[in-house]
Amino acid sequence: MARMTMREAISQALWEEMERDERVFIQGEEVGVWGGTYAVTKGFYDHFGEKRVRDTPIAETAIIGSAIGAALTGLRPVAELMTINFAFVAMDHIVNEAAKLHYMFAGQFKLPLVIRATSGGGRQLAATHSQTPDAIFAHFPGLKVVSPGTPADAKGLLKSAIRSDDPVLFIENATLYQTRGEVPEGVDVLEPLGKSKVQREGDAVTIVAYSKMVQAALQAADMLAEDGIEAEVVDLRSLRPLDMDPVIESFKRTNRAVVAEEGWRSYGIGAEVSARIYELAFDYVDAPVKRVAQAEVPLPYNAELEQLALPQTEDIYRAAKEVVNG
Amino acid sequence: MEKQEYLDLYREMVVIRRLEERAAELYQQGKIGGFLHLYIGQEAVCAGIGSVRQPQDRIITAYRDHGWAISAGMDPKVVMAELLGKKDGCSMGKGGSMHMADTSLNFWGGHAIVGAHIPIATGLALGDHYQENDDAITICMFGDGATNIGFFHEGLNLSKVWNLPVLWVCENNQYGMGTAVERASAVSEIRQKAEGYGMPNDRIDGMDVMNVREQVARVMEEIRNGGGPHLLEIMTYRYRGHSMGDPERYRNKEEVKKWEDEDPIGVFRKYLVKEGVASDEVLDEQDDLAEKIIEEAVEFAEASPNPGKDLLFEHIYAEETSIEYRGYRLENESEEN
Repeated sequence: MARMTMREAISQALWEEMERDERVFIQGEEVGVWGGTYAVTKGFYDHFGEKRVRDTPIAETAIIGSAIGAALTGLRPVAELMTINFAFVAMDHIVNEAAKLHYMFAGQFKLPLVIRATSGGGRQLAATHSQTPDAIFAHFPGLKVVSPGTPADAKGLLKSAIRSDDPVLFIENATLYQTRGEVPEGVDVLEPLGKSKVQREGDAVTIVAYSKMVQAALQAADMLAEDGIEAEVVDLRSLRPLDMDPVIESFKRTNRAVVAEEGWRSYGIGAEVSARIYELAFDYVDAPVKRVAQAEVPLPYNAELEQLALPQTEDIYRAAKEVVNG
Repeated sequence: MEKQEYLDLYREMVVIRRLEERAAELYQQGKIGGFLHLYIGQEAVCAGIGSVRQPQDRIITAYRDHGWAISAGMDPKVVMAELLGKKDGCSMGKGGSMHMADTSLNFWGGHAIVGAHIPIATGLALGDHYQENDDAITICMFGDGATNIGFFHEGLNLSKVWNLPVLWVCENNQYGMGTAVERASAVSEIRQKAEGYGMPNDRIDGMDVMNVREQVARVMEEIRNGGGPHLLEIMTYRYRGHSMGDPERYRNKEEVKKWEDEDPIGVFRKYLVKEGVASDEVLDEQDDLAEKIIEEAVEFAEASPNPGKDLLFEHIYAEETSIEYRGYRLENESEEN
């Protein structure tokens, strides 16, 4: 085990996979000479060279489209979108090409492709640069969507994504880059795609979360523990395929749940997870499932207003208290 | 070229023509669903390019792809089976008319979103460049209509920035659906768009297969020698509407007639007779052979089974992955069983 930040864990996963496999390369805006706008690929250009760390024009269609083409030839591109807000520019290539080609040509096309993108608000970037539209991408069969909440998962899941023969959208929360955690050592230490994980055990309430909301849920669980309430935190980690087993197993013990996400509530992850809880464990429901999510506004620039709109640890704490106390 | 090669090339063009004519009939009989975009009138383009491409050269095209499937070397039976949505089709009936592909022949589809395959072509060439397959060229086909969308510009720009081995081919059939080129494009010659990317370009006649062969061979040699991407605008004409649902209010019969007088099959036939390569009788035999090939293809396709419900859940992912939902009927059926 080594203690490191989320940024270091992601960087290490990329570095190790590039060392391990010549077919892996990175491309995107400012990934090379600049070292990555979030410094994730700092030092890569000098070590791996311009062939494997490819700076591109600011042209998301070309970034994702050409990564798809390169993947079809057997390479393993890691294409970086500076933020997921720019994924809309490349939407056709993500959902209409990457997610479809394997199926539509009856398995002839293979896409060992990873698209990395930062998601989430809280950095005063205003409405167009602060979105958490993860659920939109999780809507499409054919795409795998992964979003880690801890440094250890970030490293293990990114390595699995790079080794996967399927297109994976790997969503990172930029406000988590400085979050520290223990990360196991070893080039082949992987975390499986499509598997949820219990991050904290408890028996009073199940808090379902992913990405940044995992950290918020763990903090809320500490607050709840002071009130004598032991919350179980289930981290979805993958949004597609969505593994409900640990959620349902937990819910059957706690009979109460809160689902927390940073994105908007309507048609969101919480809507999907709570619907599945009702479908799969209706007889175990002791209280209505509560959803914690972003207020339904385009995020404003002003810090106070922005924080007011974003879901907070406090919101999860209060929602959990309500489902426990009825 | 040997005599047999001329005959093969001629027959290939007739096979494409007959395939498309039979497809139109089958569409009207309700045996082909969805959209159907016919290649009739443009045969000299794919046949000409196909006859000079090397096995390592990749082909990727848009949705008007049946001619390309044949020129890439696909069996007309498999093409016809895909048109009918059958299990023996190249995409097992999951892709249909717009999604023909056979990666073992380096034919990479068949793409239905206008222009979206253009950046993918840049990536195919990047893949060859990265893996030092220095002899390989990616041949990317698209219509004039695709050159007004952003995909085209991003794809061409990046191919030039990275100096990738791509032959960009605009099949200018003079209409993007029903809108004439001059009503949709700011420049009248598509090849001019390559100038903005410092890319060599030409505009050539695409109704004469020998001309297509000669010009494409020359350009491909330049690319193979490290010349980087090149845009070729090939002037052609589709005799039929954009798709089977096209009322064709945008052009008159005289215009279509003028182009039919330059029919690529007729032009090539006259050339072969004039040059003494083949007599009319020999060419008639080739016509009959093409007819037979297509009739056998139709018989094969009609006899091929439907894909069946198990295939519904195949190929969503390359790796074993759980399926989230099988639909209400199948979910409940499986619970009952």
